[in-house]
Amino acid sequence: MSEPSATAGIDLHAKQVRKFRLQDRFFHHSTQIFAFVVLAALVGILVSLSIEAWPSLKAFGPSFLWTNIWSVPDDKFGALAAIYGTVTTSVLALLIAVPVSFGIALFLTETCPLWLRRPLGTAIELLAGIPSIVYGIWGLFVFAPLFADHIQPPLQALLGDVPIIGGWFSGPPIGVGILTASIVLALMVIPFIASVMRDVFETVPHVLKESAYGIGCTNWEVVRNVVLPYTRVGVIGGIMLGLGRALGETMAVTFVIGNANRINGSLFAPGTSIASTLANEFGEATPGLHIASLFALGLVLFIITFIVLAISRWLISRSMGSEGL
Amino acid sequence: MRTFNKLAQGTLAAAMGLAFSVGALAADITGAGATFPYAVYTKWAEAYKTATGNQVNYQGIGSSGGVKQIKAKTVDFAGSDAPVPVADLEASHLVQVPTVMGGVTIVMNVPGFESGKLKLDGMTAADIFRGAITKWNDPAIAKLNPGVKLPDMAITVAHRSDGSGTTYAFSNYLAKQSMAFKRDVGAGNTVNWPANGVGGKGNPGVAANVQKIKGAIGYVDIADAMKNNMNFVALKNRAGNFIVPNQQSVADAAAGADFHVKGMAPDLLDQSAKNAWPITTATFMLAYEKGDAAKQKGVVDFYTWSLNNGQKMAAELGFVPLPPNVVKMVEAEMKNIK
Repeated sequence: MSEPSATAGIDLHAKQVRKFRLQDRFFHHSTQIFAFVVLAALVGILVSLSIEAWPSLKAFGPSFLWTNIWSVPDDKFGALAAIYGTVTTSVLALLIAVPVSFGIALFLTETCPLWLRRPLGTAIELLAGIPSIVYGIWGLFVFAPLFADHIQPPLQALLGDVPIIGGWFSGPPIGVGILTASIVLALMVIPFIASVMRDVFETVPHVLKESAYGIGCTNWEVVRNVVLPYTRVGVIGGIMLGLGRALGETMAVTFVIGNANRINGSLFAPGTSIASTLANEFGEATPGLHIASLFALGLVLFIITFIVLAISRWLISRSMGSEGL
Repeated sequence: MRTFNKLAQGTLAAAMGLAFSVGALAADITGAGATFPYAVYTKWAEAYKTATGNQVNYQGIGSSGGVKQIKAKTVDFAGSDAPVPVADLEASHLVQVPTVMGGVTIVMNVPGFESGKLKLDGMTAADIFRGAITKWNDPAIAKLNPGVKLPDMAITVAHRSDGSGTTYAFSNYLAKQSMAFKRDVGAGNTVNWPANGVGGKGNPGVAANVQKIKGAIGYVDIADAMKNNMNFVALKNRAGNFIVPNQQSVADAAAGADFHVKGMAPDLLDQSAKNAWPITTATFMLAYEKGDAAKQKGVVDFYTWSLNNGQKMAAELGFVPLPPNVVKMVEAEMKNIK
């Protein structure tokens, strides 16, 4: 009597195992499909961008990348002014945002009184949630006039006559321009970089920090020799996240960069970025080379973002390697 | 029983409502195109719906977008600021009629100068907007403003950064005035502005830049300039008078133009009437010569109704209504929409 019931038990067990295996396989395949959808979308975007950009790539060749002309009436297009504007504003924005974010994150994790940590941290996260057009409108209507009246003239008086640097601050103080766009961008990426930095700084084991304090290290020495080495990967990741956001930012930049398709040595002068050129000209672009060149600009931005991502991967893997992780 | 009756009544009413809305849906029409007349088209559509129960949807996607859509036969009518060339109209079997007029104004922010107090002629304006004149106290400007002290201030040219019908009209006017402008800047929806230029998105963007930047000069349409209470430049017209733009001077320009041409798009720029505003433009509606009968009738009905009832609404929004003789011509032309 016991024999049949045992086989029944085994059967039941095998059935259950089969069911679980089936479930597992289903789970594996469905998540795999989701992941591949992203890959397919990426390839699809790349392919359709290339197809649409083809007439422009054929007409101008690789010199599209380093030609400084963007003339719709003459049907001549080159990406240099837009690439210059995109890279300059993003790099300047990072130069401003990284030290500030670093300070914010350090204050929040190391020296901030406990009762202030929550409200300050929340405030920074809220800043990240403001739509970019609000930054743009604020930049154009509030910040740019203030900048033109109270910041640009003193800057010019202070640095205008210094050789080399002086040229960066030349030209009439009109408020909008490359530098204004960089500052607004910096404000926009600070919350991202600061909150990532804060989160990774919090992962440093207390015992490490306490030991350093125990042997008489100052706050700065702890940060320099314990916190930063421990969190280097995360910090680089946060900065790259900010850089990615700055490169692709469209509306806010369109409002404050001044939208002039040329390269001017002065940071006070209006310029343009890839994203803002697209936002400005796509709606009324004439079919033919103009549209194709706008798609080509999109492709260039895609490639720039890809390069940035690759560099950040390389930096991260290098710093992980040096620590033997 | 009473409840049942109520229920039956309710169902009946609902069914009737459904039938009614289905009936109304049949005549629904959709249009897309120019953003410049968007305010007036949506206002008309709203009033038209109240009056007749028929729905008109208009999407402001830009003039070239509208023309693309109607050529692709995805909309019932399209709006365009730049008139479609006659050859294109014939090739695509389209009818084009003007709807409302407007004017592009030159606005400035020069300390000490009130609206209408600074005088320019077409040639000087062209030189300013191509970057050949870069200071407000330039002799060419001083010559037009005798006895007035002009500031030693750099000129900033505020222009549109997005492609637009406003730029189309303005650059075409200046290109007519000066070959050098045509060579350096060009004429079209998007052109090559000079090195002292700063681009703003949309009319509000240009208006903001002119108001915030001291020494700025720019161009916006009359409606936006009035809404923002901006300082106008008085511009010399073909008759030799310095004109401050308003609805009357735009109407005067249109009165002198001959709309008896295919496509109904005579050149309204630089008209010779005594008080004509030189930079006057019209915006156009495009429809198919032949198509689905109900839709075609919907388009004609909507526009006929708007011509007869909507002119005052247009004027309130800062647009200039078509002159009465042009209205008659438009009504005749619409017989070609079958």
